[in-house]
Amino acid sequence: MDSLTSVILIPVFTAVLLLLIPGNFRVVLRLAAILGSACTAWTAVSFFSRFHAGQEGLQFESLVPWVTVGPLNLAYHVGADGLNIGLILVTGLVGFAAVLVSWNIERHVKLFYVLLMSMIAGAMGAFASLDLFFFYFFNELALVPTFIMIGVWGRGEDRNWAAFKITLYLTLGALIALVGLIAFYVAAGANSLDVTVLKAHLAAHPLSAAAQTWIFPLVVFGFAILVGLFPFHSWAPIGYAAAPTATAMMHAGILKKAGLYAILRMAVPLMPDGAHRWLPVVAVLAVGNLLHCAWVALRQKDMNLLIGNSSLAHMGFAFLGIASLTVIGVTGTVLVMVAHALLAGLSFALSGYLETQTGTLDMTRMGGLLRKMPFYGSALVMGFMASCGLPGFANFAGEATVLFGSWKSLPWFVIIAAWSGLIIGAVAMLRALRAVLQGPEKPEFSRVADLNYWRRLPFVMLLSAMVLFGVAPGILTSRIEPAAKAVLAAHLTPSQAHQAPAVPAAHAAPAASAPGHSGH
Amino acid sequence: MNYSLITLEVLAVLMGLIVLLADLWVSPTARKALGLGLAAALGCLLAFAVGSLAPQSGSAFSDMFVVDDLARYFKGFFLFAALAVVLMAVDFAPKFGAGLSEFFALTVFALVGMLFAASANDLVLLFVSLELITVTFYVLNSFQRTQLASLEAGVKYLILGGVSSAFMVFGIALIFGTANSTNLAVLAAKQKELAHSALFLIGLLFVLVGLGFKIAAVPFQMWAPDVYQGSPAPATAFLAVGSKAAGFVLLIRLLVGAVPQITAEWHRLFVVMSGATILFGSLCAIPQRNLKRLMGYSSIANAGYLLLGIVAGSAAGSTAVLYYLGGYTLTVLTAFTVISAIANHVESEDISALSGLGQRSPFLAACLTMAIVSLAGIPPMAGFFGKLLLFKSVLDVAPGHPELYALIAVAVVGVVISLYYYFSVIRAIYWGGQSANLSIIPVALSTRIVLVACVAGMLVLGIFPQGLVKIADHAVAGLSHKVAPAKAAH
Repeated sequence: MDSLTSVILIPVFTAVLLLLIPGNFRVVLRLAAILGSACTAWTAVSFFSRFHAGQEGLQFESLVPWVTVGPLNLAYHVGADGLNIGLILVTGLVGFAAVLVSWNIERHVKLFYVLLMSMIAGAMGAFASLDLFFFYFFNELALVPTFIMIGVWGRGEDRNWAAFKITLYLTLGALIALVGLIAFYVAAGANSLDVTVLKAHLAAHPLSAAAQTWIFPLVVFGFAILVGLFPFHSWAPIGYAAAPTATAMMHAGILKKAGLYAILRMAVPLMPDGAHRWLPVVAVLAVGNLLHCAWVALRQKDMNLLIGNSSLAHMGFAFLGIASLTVIGVTGTVLVMVAHALLAGLSFALSGYLETQTGTLDMTRMGGLLRKMPFYGSALVMGFMASCGLPGFANFAGEATVLFGSWKSLPWFVIIAAWSGLIIGAVAMLRALRAVLQGPEKPEFSRVADLNYWRRLPFVMLLSAMVLFGVAPGILTSRIEPAAKAVLAAHLTPSQAHQAPAVPAAHAAPAASAPGHSGH
Repeated sequence: MNYSLITLEVLAVLMGLIVLLADLWVSPTARKALGLGLAAALGCLLAFAVGSLAPQSGSAFSDMFVVDDLARYFKGFFLFAALAVVLMAVDFAPKFGAGLSEFFALTVFALVGMLFAASANDLVLLFVSLELITVTFYVLNSFQRTQLASLEAGVKYLILGGVSSAFMVFGIALIFGTANSTNLAVLAAKQKELAHSALFLIGLLFVLVGLGFKIAAVPFQMWAPDVYQGSPAPATAFLAVGSKAAGFVLLIRLLVGAVPQITAEWHRLFVVMSGATILFGSLCAIPQRNLKRLMGYSSIANAGYLLLGIVAGSAAGSTAVLYYLGGYTLTVLTAFTVISAIANHVESEDISALSGLGQRSPFLAACLTMAIVSLAGIPPMAGFFGKLLLFKSVLDVAPGHPELYALIAVAVVGVVISLYYYFSVIRAIYWGGQSANLSIIPVALSTRIVLVACVAGMLVLGIFPQGLVKIADHAVAGLSHKVAPAKAAH
């Protein structure tokens, strides 16, 4: 099948299959889940490798009309371009890794894997969708599994509160975005939420600047809540600290990117005037992510809270890249999204393993673990170094690209903030490494064991992907760049630039300077 | 005159009478079989009502009674609801003690009232059919005679229902006095002149009081939580589904079909009513511990969401109301079937009775979870697409009306609040508290069938909404929506 539908249907069928297996056949359930997610990952890898780099437009497309009644016109439309092919790849990889690291789940095994597979299906569907209704539909599929997983298999006393907090925040964000999407549907008058249809329609009948000015913030801030933009971020670290490992990996790694993906897919290309008006605000708030969250990360004793906060800081880079409105910046954002998905998946998998061995995530109580767990320690060093922005890992490539892209177009203090955020983040990560791996061995952790042979697989897989994209980012950028240009197409045409006279000169600059950048 | 139009109603009345008579000869032990037989008969009637043999469109009894797509739509799902309720009652039978056949018969008579309400094209028939529904529910609600709560529910419904009927009949008298007719088609033709008559408007307002009581909209919602809590679960389910839907079909016929101009002029009234209903239902549900009471408040909040479609006043709004009611019916039936199955076993309707349900009966747990997810409006269940349609119908007409944007904001807040109490139920199912008793809860086959049908229906409606939306769209096409664009323009 050469349509992205297969990558959504495999996890769905796996979930249905799991439902049919009796609940006490644990080994069969695990094997079926591993097999299903392996097939999903393999399919995702095969799509990624068969994707024609450097080509504009959509590949592996399929379109099925879904609801057509009167003025209501929704379609199931999936397809890949540079924006989502990388995300589909990492969803497959991180999903597979999440299933692999869940071997220590003992209670309600069947329910756990069914929920996990539906999360994977939801994430795949959200990234593959070109119709915004289906994007929303798939994205929300993960909400109930998240809630139940945190509650049933979560950790800590606060998991009840965390489960409600994460659910209510995500719903609020999603609903605000939904109102924005419906308002957009009504205002655009294309009788469709399919981005390809909308793009063609809006090219002929542009949306009035006034409408863009109020719809854009609804959509963007709604989705930004899902990403954890400062100051709507407080759900994320608490939620991830309470979530079971697989849920934290899927959520921090994959689902959080869905909000960014929607902003890139729909808000920025289709509402250029709104983007010029509001993205500077987003850039300033992203500084909050970069500085505040990095600073908070510095103060954490719990490893999951550290990773959660530092992952929010990384999201600041993703927002900066979008706000720069340059081809390089947007390409960098997509790179950051892909790299961070791998990094967050890896980090939460590492912290989850540590907890199974030590029974705690309090880093002040640890020490000297590198000697006990050489493989684990090396993986932790590599993961945290990648998070610091060490060259050679995909994260460096992404963040450097974002900085290049936003250098000229964003205010100086934002760039300074991004730069200092990197340093604070590095300090936080290095201190954590020292606390966990170095120093004297603690007697209470004398029985910890390193990862054995096959349990290394998810870590090796995620790390090698990070190194691969770090050493050869061209694999990704050659795929992303045409799509990034398409995202900014409406911003680059001169007619749009002078249609927005209300935009202050400083903000209009990126639109004018971007053509120069795009020729790199 | 074409008497064949009321075939469905006549058959239903006959069914009720047969059940009452059969009670004389059927031994008490075989009464459950009587219920199953009745369910089978209702199933045949449902097949007849939605099949091609159903009465053709037309009107009878000097245009009092119409059969059109709208009527057929509602008749179909009243029959489905009655079928599910009868099956639920079969399972619930031990709690009734004596009088199971009477419960079946009364359910069928309430169904007859709903079937007539779906076809009412005259205020007199509207009143009579509503009274038929209400009077049978006085008895159904207090059917557990030995339980104080059930009696209280019946008396409360009786008193408040009586007051609302009084308002309604007074309103109908005023309308008849000013318009010289109670026929909705005549009112529609005269609405331009009538819009200036204060007496007519007061009359219309009084009729709305009566209908507001039926759908449990603020400020006529006071009865709902107590009655929902006290009544036996099958009666509550029928009340929640049938009575509400009957109220809405009449609201649509009256407000959207007959006097759309006045509705458009009053749209601030409906905005306030809808917003207040959503907020009241959502906020008051937060502290509730009794599942049926919680469902009572949730039904108030849902009345508020349904009113969004009336506020929109457009064809899209009415379509959304119809679709939402379809999904809501399945959802509420699922929820009450599970609640009653648990209450049969645990003797409690408290949220804490759900603890450990994930282990005690994964099937019931999954069904209730899906119902809750649908009520909360999360994909892939029917409730999500219904809310989407309702929101969209309001946003369609919103440009130029800032109060509609405020209403949408209120609705969003309501959904977020509702998520809190709905998800508290999910928490109770999967990890709330420790249940000492982990014995397996048995589920009767009839209950299983109802649940599987309802859950499958919710999923199908949620994932493939095209079919029902199209039917709903046809059903409202006959109403006079022509004035809706004019409203948007001014």
